Amino acid sequence: MPSTGSVGTGYLVAVVAVAAAITIALRAAPFAMTATLRSSALVADLGRRLPAGIMIILVVHLLRDVPLDSAPAGLRELVPVAVTVAVHLWRRNALLSMAAGTVSYAVALALVPG
Amino acid sequence: MRQVVLRDALRDVAAVGPGMGVLGASFGLLVVGSGLDWWWAPVFSVVVFAGSLEFLLVALAVAGTPLAAIAVTTLLVNGRHAFYGLSFPLHRIRSRAGRVYGVLALTDEAYALYTARPAASLSGPRILTGQALMQACWVGGGTVGALAGSGFGLHVPALEFVFTALFVVLATEATVAGREATGPLLAVACALVAQLVAPGEMLLVAMGLFLAVLLVRHRFSASREAAHA
Repeated sequence: MPSTGSVGTGYLVAVVAVAAAITIALRAAPFAMTATLRSSALVADLGRRLPAGIMIILVVHLLRDVPLDSAPAGLRELVPVAVTVAVHLWRRNALLSMAAGTVSYAVALALVPG
Repeated sequence: MRQVVLRDALRDVAAVGPGMGVLGASFGLLVVGSGLDWWWAPVFSVVVFAGSLEFLLVALAVAGTPLAAIAVTTLLVNGRHAFYGLSFPLHRIRSRAGRVYGVLALTDEAYALYTARPAASLSGPRILTGQALMQACWVGGGTVGALAGSGFGLHVPALEFVFTALFVVLATEATVAGREATGPLLAVACALVAQLVAPGEMLLVAMGLFLAVLLVRHRFSASREAAHA
């Protein structure tokens, strides 16, 4: 298999390199920070509020193609999302929530074929 | 001594390892399903080793997203990792090489696992062994999934949802931990505005907007506190 579809190997190597370099820099950043910066109010504030917002934006991004004007097709995605949230709030077990969401999506796909 | 370390680390990882293996396998299936060769799954998981971001990277790469956008997305999606070091018990690890790996493998799971218990009860080797076991689960799962996908042509359409479900779980978890509704609502607003204004660059615009909103909000609350004082 020489091909990687329409994506070139050089580009993929660059994607991996860029993502790895930035991830490493982020993970190392707090250890390089001065004590003052580590305990600053802005860092604490961002640490508390950034993660939830970024994850929510990602979820909206993933759902942006859901047709909200067509009930069956729209619900095919939104119901499994609701199931995932509900199971997660109930049991707080990530794997279980994802399994429940994915199974309900499989059922939804069978009921409303894409 | 060594056996005790391994036993403790295995016990630590037992809670998250199997899940990482299963999620890794679905990542491997996604890699192959996206048209990439199977070995990209272990390459991503060894070099980047950031579960949720890897799913996103594959989707972005297949769409031919420019590297600058990949860089900003990584910065914002993994931005939370910049806060993990503030409480991760890295000081328990003595050797220099050990500390380097400890930082490289500072994933969500490693952070959750090793900040949840008193640092004094954790030895450096135990933390490092735990981190290595978690990476083994993730890389192993990904490789098995990718090989299964390319070898047996295994294609399960419903598995696409694992990716969405992962982010839904992370969002739910972070929202509950944040104990406030304003931030999450502002995030939804930013996402919707970005989708309307710049549908092609929705992710970047939404995240940039949200960061700006947080900075303004911080300024605002800081000056209000100063006024109260």
